[in-house]
Amino acid sequence: MTEADPEGLNVAPGAPHDSLVSETISYVIGLGLALLLTGVSFWVASTSLLWGPGIAVGLVVLAIAQMGIHLVFFLHITSGPDNTNNVLALAFGVLIVLLVMIGTIWIMAHLAANMGPPEALTNLQMQH
Amino acid sequence: MTSEAATIGLTHGGSEDTGLGHRGPQSKGIVVPYGFWLFVLSDIVLFSTLFATYASLAHATDGGPGAAQLFDRNLVAVETIALLLSSFVCGLAMIAAKRANMVWTQAWLVLTGLLGLVFLSIELYEFTSMISEGAGPQRSAFLSSFFTLVGCHGAHVTAGLLWIGTMMAQIWAKGFRQDIVRRLLCLSIFWHALDIVWVAIFTIVYLIGTLP
Repeated sequence: MTEADPEGLNVAPGAPHDSLVSETISYVIGLGLALLLTGVSFWVASTSLLWGPGIAVGLVVLAIAQMGIHLVFFLHITSGPDNTNNVLALAFGVLIVLLVMIGTIWIMAHLAANMGPPEALTNLQMQH
Repeated sequence: MTSEAATIGLTHGGSEDTGLGHRGPQSKGIVVPYGFWLFVLSDIVLFSTLFATYASLAHATDGGPGAAQLFDRNLVAVETIALLLSSFVCGLAMIAAKRANMVWTQAWLVLTGLLGLVFLSIELYEFTSMISEGAGPQRSAFLSSFFTLVGCHGAHVTAGLLWIGTMMAQIWAKGFRQDIVRRLLCLSIFWHALDIVWVAIFTIVYLIGTLP
């Protein structure tokens, strides 16, 4: 494997642990949870048992949970001190992603709401 | 006195201080994957702009077909499971590579690539059937943003498949040298990140898009 950090102060993202068993168990747990969340997502999207307007929000929550599973069990991002650099970089990435997505959706939704239909514009010109 | 002063940072104390902390820079085994982690995160930021575009244009169908008519959830479920298993098997390849086990590393990498190929074939089938139905990227702003977002992910998967083949050849030819295994670790980070992006795609595009 890659040369280890001599004092064990930092760990690279995705770097396998030393123990074969704990490493394999980590991936198996991750796969199980990811399959479970995927199954629940597809079930939630197709069932009629749940309150309709809440389904989209529920799906987003399930997706975020599954991304967390991938980060923890596949990329081995932990809250430990040897992972501080990885977590800080991830936090910055998440901040930018949220700013870009929420900002764009918010602004574009308001833009669409405040733009009248084309007929209204032509009518304004006709009034002159 | 000198050793005490050095401890609290009053003097260099004759040490070979590099200015990078008393241990010097991190080893390449840390710096290279960390740098690649930064690249992957910025790649995810790139995808966030495409997601934002898609979300803004999802209803701009210009009278053409919408998400509910175009997407087949069963096909997407197979794609999702193929890519998830591929990500899992890629992790198994990393475990084998850490033990320098040539047979298992190559076997798991082949399986990773094959599952990725299953995913990509289904995606290409979906794209071609959509285009042949007249629902190509030129049809509406919704379809342009759909093909840009999902196509960009597909292009990443294609690049990942080429990378997997390259790494298999390098491991075969050069063995488990430290630099080769570092590259393999970067590949696994890339491959796991693609699956994370796919979780967002199947949720936002395929599931929320086709809600009744």
